[in-house]
This record gives sequence, structure tokens and C-alpha cells, in this order.
Amino acid sequence: MRLITAENLSVGYEGKSVAENISFSLNSGDYLCIVGENGAGKSTLMKTLLSLKAPLSGKLEFDKSLRRGEIGYLPQQTEVQKGFPATVLEIVLSGFVSKSGLRPFYSKDEKKQALSWLRRLEIEELKNNSYKKLSGGQQQRVLLARALCAADKLILLDEPTAGLDPLVTKNMYSLISSLNKENKVSVIMVSHDLDAALHYSTHILQITHSGCFFGTVEEYKNSSFFTLFSGKEGENNA
Amino acid sequence: MLEKLSEYLQYDFVRFALVAGVLIALCSALLGVTLVLRRYSLIGDGLSHVAFGATTVAMIFSVTPLYVSLPATIAASVLLLRGGRSKLRGDSAVAVISVSALALGYLILNIFSKKTTNLSGDVCSILFGSTSILTLKKSDVVACVVLTVAVVAVFALFYNKIFAVTFDETFTSAVGTKCGVYNTVLAVTTAVVIVLAVNLVGALLISALIVFPALCSMRLFRSFRGVMLGAAVLSVICAVSGILISILYSTPVGSTIVAFELVVFIVCIIVDVLKGGTKK
Repeated sequence: MRLITAENLSVGYEGKSVAENISFSLNSGDYLCIVGENGAGKSTLMKTLLSLKAPLSGKLEFDKSLRRGEIGYLPQQTEVQKGFPATVLEIVLSGFVSKSGLRPFYSKDEKKQALSWLRRLEIEELKNNSYKKLSGGQQQRVLLARALCAADKLILLDEPTAGLDPLVTKNMYSLISSLNKENKVSVIMVSHDLDAALHYSTHILQITHSGCFFGTVEEYKNSSFFTLFSGKEGENNA
Repeated sequence: MLEKLSEYLQYDFVRFALVAGVLIALCSALLGVTLVLRRYSLIGDGLSHVAFGATTVAMIFSVTPLYVSLPATIAASVLLLRGGRSKLRGDSAVAVISVSALALGYLILNIFSKKTTNLSGDVCSILFGSTSILTLKKSDVVACVVLTVAVVAVFALFYNKIFAVTFDETFTSAVGTKCGVYNTVLAVTTAVVIVLAVNLVGALLISALIVFPALCSMRLFRSFRGVMLGAAVLSVICAVSGILISILYSTPVGSTIVAFELVVFIVCIIVDVLKGGTKK
């Protein structure tokens, strides 16, 4: 089932385009990585996908099963959150903030669902712990559980491993991969980590100022985009 | 001492002061938690200066101060708490509005007030609240009760939304909740509480009522719910103690409450450190 279709999409701020001619599609079960240099428009595209911004031009269609808000979003952490006084369960439950509508409390069912996601992400025993005292990796799992409470068909992750050490990063990637394979959660991930993108995802969307690439990982590896981008990465790292 | 207290408690003005003090302390504590967490600790200070500026204008034109100060403060509050897209934001926006309102208010008062004989007395009472909490009328107390019911209702009904918006506005709007609505509700509530609290402790001491209970409670509790309830309880205890102390020892009400809150805050820090300390 096709969840998202984008054709010749332009995204940007206040009428000024940041990235143009983006075309891609996302089928249910896909794991799509969005890569590109800083300033290429990855975050702007992401905000457009989340309906926080209107597209400047082009076509962006969501399947009927995806109403606005049915994308579980894992944003990058802000300074405010790092010292926020709240328990893990309080934060995970806030994933239901839109689904609960005007009901002033979370239902039993929602609490049960929140706990089952905590169990799935192996952090159930932390449910009453203080969020600000958790490690970076644990905090990311809490926010991932919150995203899954908001929507379990499609999640959008914004550099989920930023600031994590290598081992925790690897665990996070395999957790996301297993959610994709076992729980049939479609994944869109914005990433800087090209190696991990090639290793875990099924499709790649690369945004550059001179054009975009969209295709499977295999197709990407054989494209000129990959040669250019990975070459540049090497230079930058040197 | 107890005899002296029970003697005082027979007076209406003491009872009114206690009721109004408790209610305003409760409202400002609830708001304080979200304001402090969103890094708007000084908004109480800023908005109270706007209320001061507006009150002086009202005095010049002999209008009931509330009719001018309430709309002006609400406007400033919505502007500050929702002005996400403007170039001037956060602490600098609060500073600009606060300082200008204070300066313009004093300037207007000086230029136009021929009638007011005791200018510095007026300014002092607006800024420090002087003894106005001890001169409350029954209608003031009724206004406090209505306001408190409204604020508590907002927090009870929208508790989960307020939590989500405070913790992560981007996520909350991405999953389809209209954050703007809740931000406006919070901004208007903040403004109304501050305008009323100006009468209680005066413009300069409002920040304390907003900031201290939240900061104390964050030292003691780890859940958001705990912090909210703790702030409300601590704030009420501080207000009652402050008012009683000020009556017994004839000290200024506002500064006594704040001094008491400072002591409680230090105690909370010590308790927190003794418990093993929080990783910041």
C-alpha cells in the first residue's frame, strides 16, 4: 500500500524555496533514509511531511489511512527537555495528546498501549524513573515510544542517534530496524550517517541543490549521486 | 502568640487577606511551573510592569485601573508567549516590554499628575503592593475566587495538553494538536493572574510568586504531576505563613512572603543535596 507520494515537490520558507523537484514514494513497510548535506533542505522537507509547513509547489499526497497527525515523530532533543521534571510514563503517554481529543485524561487502553511499547523497547522497568536522569540512549527510546503511541504505522525520525556513543547508536539502529521488520512500522529517517543508511534502509532519498535521487539502496549505490556524496564525505572527514 | 493570632483572625480584613493570598499563591504556582520550564521566569516581572504602566495611564484619565491594565497586559502576554516568529524573542522581548512600560508609566505619571500630591507614595504602592492586601474589599475577594476557579479549571481540563505543549511543542503540533490555542489560553491566564496579583504583592514581587514554588517543587519531586501539586501546596503554605508573620511582626506583606519563599527554597536545595543530589 502506498502511504506517501511526492511529485516535483518544492519546499521552503516564506515563499523562498530551499529544495526543489523532490519526487519519491513510500510504501507501507519501507525504510526510507533522507540524506543530504547541511542546508540541503532535509529539515524543511521533514516539516512539510509533518504538515507543519505547506509545500510551495508540486504534489504531496498521503494515503487516506494517514490523517494529519498519524505520523509518529521523533524530533531532536531540545535543551528544555534535558532537564524536564517528568517520569518516563508521563512523557510516553503524551504521545496520545492528539488522539485523546478534548478528553482531559488518558484512557486505560492508552495506558496499556503505552506500557506495551515500553516493554517492546525494553525500558518498561524505567516507567516511573525521572526522565532527566536517564542516559542519552534511554531518553531516545522514551521519545521513540512516545512517537509510536502517536502513530504505529509510520514514524519519522530526525537523526535519532545524534550525540549517542557508538555502541548505543548501533543498538538504536537495530531496534528501529526490528520495529520496521517485526512490527511493520514504516520508517522515514533523516540521517547524516550514510553508512548506517546504506546498511539498514530499503530506500534512499538524497537531496542536493542540483537535483534529487530516489531509489532503492542498490540503485543508489550504482548512481553518480552516491559516488559524489560519499567522496565528499571522505574529504570532509579527512 | 496564638492568642494574638486568633484575635487578629476576627477581623474581616485579615481573613480577606488570607483568602486572597492563598488563592493568588495557588494560581501563580500552577502557572509558574510551565513558565519556568519554558524559560519564561521573568515574564511575571515584565507583565507586571506593563500592568503598572497601564495603571498609571488609567489614573491620569480617572478610569478604573483594571479596565486599562487587564487588556494591555493580556495583549503584551499574548505577544510575548506567542510571538514565536518575530525577530525579537524570549528574554530580550520580555526585557524591552518590561523596561519600556515601567519607564513610560513613570514618565506619564510625572508629566500629567498635578492632582496626585504623593507621587512617590503612589509609585511605591503600585510597585511593592505596600499594605493593599490588608485593605481588600469583599468584591476583591470574590474576584479572586472566580479567577482561581477559572485557572484551576483550565489546568484540570487541559492538564495533558499543557504538559505536551510545555515538554515538546514541535512534536505536539506535528501529531496534530493546535498548540497555538493552548499557548493563547496560557498567555491570557498568565496576564489575568498577574494583573490581580499586582494588587496583592505589587509589581516587583510577582516574579517571586511565580518562580519560587516551581523551583522548590522541582527539587523535591520527579514527576510533572508531583511538581505541579507540590508547587501549589508550597506556594499556599508560604503565602499563609508570610501573611501571618507580617501581621504578627508588622512587616510589609509582599516582602515577607518573598523572604519566606527564599528560605523555603534554600531548605529545598539542602534536602535535595542530602538526598543524593539531582544530576542537572
